[in-house]
Amino acid sequence: MTNKQSATAGTTESSDIMITLKPNQQGIQVELESNVKKQFGEHITALITDILQRLAITNVKVEAVDKGALDCTIKARTIAAAYRLRGESDYEWEAINSWND
Amino acid sequence: MERLRRTMMFVPGANPAMLRDAVLYGADAIMFDLEDAVSLKEKDTARVLVYSALKTFDYSSVETVVRVNALSAGGRQDIEAMVLGGINVVRLPKTETAQDIVDVDEVITAVEKKYGIPVGTTNMMAAIESAEGVLNAREIAKASPRMIGIALGAEDYVTSQKTKRYADGAELSFARNYILHSARAAGIAAIDTVYSDVDNEAGLRRETELIKQLGFDGKSVINPRQIPVINGIYAPTVEEVQKAREVMAGIREAEAKGSGVIAVDGQMVDKPIVERAERVLALAKATNMEVD
Repeated sequence: MTNKQSATAGTTESSDIMITLKPNQQGIQVELESNVKKQFGEHITALITDILQRLAITNVKVEAVDKGALDCTIKARTIAAAYRLRGESDYEWEAINSWND
Repeated sequence: MERLRRTMMFVPGANPAMLRDAVLYGADAIMFDLEDAVSLKEKDTARVLVYSALKTFDYSSVETVVRVNALSAGGRQDIEAMVLGGINVVRLPKTETAQDIVDVDEVITAVEKKYGIPVGTTNMMAAIESAEGVLNAREIAKASPRMIGIALGAEDYVTSQKTKRYADGAELSFARNYILHSARAAGIAAIDTVYSDVDNEAGLRRETELIKQLGFDGKSVINPRQIPVINGIYAPTVEEVQKAREVMAGIREAEAKGSGVIAVDGQMVDKPIVERAERVLALAKATNMEVD
């Protein structure tokens, strides 16, 4: 596993979320910018953290710029950013698919 | 009853808002595009985005299709993610030979086996976009039992023919007719190319009337605005619906009596007439016309 300095996935278009991951020493820290932070901030943060933990990423700083993304988009962008950070392109689809059960 | 495929709408795989809204426009099929609509550096993100959308949104009212990349350019990963996501149809672009279909079929079969999905669940279609592809359309259409349709991709095709697209479509005449014959001989659907001038509704109407007359199932669509125009042209007239209902009533009556051949309005009704009547009623139903 070759960890890069940082990795980004997603855009700042409407209904999307841009996730940037940077190595961190103190666990998972999420910095969220979102118009719906008051109502959904905790949910979005928990969702991103959960996905990262499932991918065994435990020390990372997350910068998330949300433009009203649905959960499925937040998941997809977090997964993509995580694989980019690891420098891997072959996804473990079997594991990812099992999260839907 | 055979599925209607009047309109197959392209949806860029990298756009979350369009993935969410695609089902709302009334297309018979939506085609998630992982190929030309996605830049090279976003292939990985689009693939997981479409997978996630397939697992989340209710697309059950439409047929879901994905245009994958060539096997040598990420297509294997596309297929794994899409089959796992439950896609209905894998569409291979730039199909040149029957072997192209056989190769993709093998990848799909391997994925279905790996994940315990019954082999054969995932359908396939081929886009034909070159002279070589057109001339091999007959073999391509029959290359796999997964095949449900072949589609003409005219932009690449006319370029390969050293011409461009004209309003009357004469340059596509051979390709359209050969693809249509190949599809019908194989018992699968024939889908016409996109009409790319989205602001020219009169042109879209002309082209759709032509391909409907030839016998195509429908067209690929690049803008939701084109959907009601095409679906409208495929809608039968009230007279056609009335005639179809009479044919079906006549058939039911004949079956009840145990008689074979029947006549409606003094005209003998045989199998092709019944098939046409069934198609008219299916099209009428899809256009929300009264059929019962």
